[in-house]
This record gives sequence, C-alpha cells and structure tokens, in this order.
Amino acid sequence: MKRRRVLAVASGGGHWVQLMRIRPAFADADVTYVTVRATYASDVPGEDLRVVPDATRWDRLKLLSMAMKLLWIVATVRPHVVISTGAAPGYFAIRFGRWFGARTCWIDSVANAEELSLSGRKAIPHATQVLSQWPDVASASGVGHAGSVL
Amino acid sequence: MIFITVGYQMAFDRLVQAVDAWKGFHSDSPAFAQIGPSDLRPAHLEFVDFTEPEDFTRLVREASVIVAHAGMGSILTALQHGKPIVVMPRRASLRETRNDHQVATAERLRGRPGIHVAMDETELGPILDRLSELEEIPPISSEASPELITHIRRFIAES
Repeated sequence: MKRRRVLAVASGGGHWVQLMRIRPAFADADVTYVTVRATYASDVPGEDLRVVPDATRWDRLKLLSMAMKLLWIVATVRPHVVISTGAAPGYFAIRFGRWFGARTCWIDSVANAEELSLSGRKAIPHATQVLSQWPDVASASGVGHAGSVL
Repeated sequence: MIFITVGYQMAFDRLVQAVDAWKGFHSDSPAFAQIGPSDLRPAHLEFVDFTEPEDFTRLVREASVIVAHAGMGSILTALQHGKPIVVMPRRASLRETRNDHQVATAERLRGRPGIHVAMDETELGPILDRLSELEEIPPISSEASPELITHIRRFIAES
C-alpha cells in the first residue's frame, strides 16, 4: 500500500506531550508535525516539523495568522490524514484538511475530564472522528472513545 | 532537588509563592522553579521564567519530586520519568486559567501512583512537609494505551 501522508498537529505543553505519546501509530506513514514552538524539534529529530504562531481565541490577529499558515501547510502537504490532540491549530488543520479530502481525527486532551474542550466541540461538525479520552465524557458528548494517552 | 513548574502559557503565582514561603523555612531542601510569564521574584527559590524542552526534561530527570500546576504536560512528563508529582490546580475564578479543567484533572487523577493532589495552598503545606517520603514510581510507558495506538493506526490505514 502507498505510504500515507499524516499531518499531526498540537499546540504547546500537554497537547504536544500527548501527541508524542501516540507517535507509534504513525510508524508506517510520512508525518509532518505542526506545533507552536520550534524547540520541540528536539522531540522529533530528523522529522518534518512546521511551526505556526501560538494564539488563543482571545487574540484574533494571531489566530488569523495561525489559520493562514495552516491553510498553506495543508494545501502544500496534502495529507491523507489529519490527527490533532488540540487545540486551536488542530481545529484549523481539521477544517482545512476536510477541504482537501483528508480523513480527520480530533483526540480531545485527557485534561478535559469533565466536558469536551471548546475547540473539540467546535471540531465535531468538521472532523471525520472526534474522540474523548474519558468514556463518560464521550457518551455525554456523543463522540467516540478509543483508549487514552495514559 | 524539588522542581517547581507552572508551564509556559500563564503565571501561577499562588503556587510559586506557597512553595517559596515553605522554602524559607526549609533552606536545606534544594529547589528550582520555572515560574512562567510572571513579575513575581521569589525570595527563597532559585528560578527561571521559561525552560527549553531539553532543559525541562533534564530538570525532571534530576529532581526527586515535581511540584506543578495540574497541567497534563507536567504530569505526563513526571510519570514518564518515574517521578512523584504534587499538583495544585489553577482556578478560573482567580484568573489563573480560562476554565476549571485543571480542577477536574486533579480530581480524576488523584490516587494514581505517583500523583499527589493539593486542591489549594492550605493542602499544599502538609504535602510539602512530607516530600521526602514521596517515593519514585516505576516510569509509565512512553506510549499511549495500545487501544488508542491501534485505533489511530487503523484510522490512517483506512484513508
């Protein structure tokens, strides 16, 4: 089978650490990582890592710049699959990924133990699949559950 | 060495001040703090605002115990290195974060091996007094659960 192109997207801190914990799932794919801190390159030596501006939903100008950069990355990488552990960069990657026909999966952060994150809820209409890492959160939100990073 | 960390996104002065005050009475306990974007200048703690990921990993490895906000980056990194971690959740009502997800995280993870929870400063003091009793734990696997790995692998294969 032809190797799949995977775009693996996470913002900083816990989102990135969780993405690193699912890396073994990418073993047979060509992966492009997208995050917000260039220094995370040390976690994925020799791999394709792209950096987008860090932004929260309070900073609209930076969000727009993050979105534009992600649109460019998605349009040039043309991934078969987009996987994200959150937050804002993953939401944009999933929306744009769909435009280009990618299968997209949102893995809501394990930190969201009581309800789905806001970006997770916003991803629902656009993602092929949304997963919560907590079974009760998954059933309450009507999304999937398939294990956890822990 | 005790390594205190609050992540890189927001300051968490309530935690740093509590540990700093404790350190004032325990000058024999080596400690190092990463305090985030803060104007706070701890009186007793050695500190930096930010650490690069490589330095962060080194500090976790050198520490005997981690004291942190209830962020998953700090928790997962501590457990991957087999270090006990004391967490205190940020509170939205104190503008320490945007919502109370860290409170939920702390409540959900309380009781797991290596994770010690202080819901606020008053609960932190007694835990800090017992720090030397907190033991290293077997490091958790560096991978997500096999169920999640298999699921994602299939998701990719089906594309």
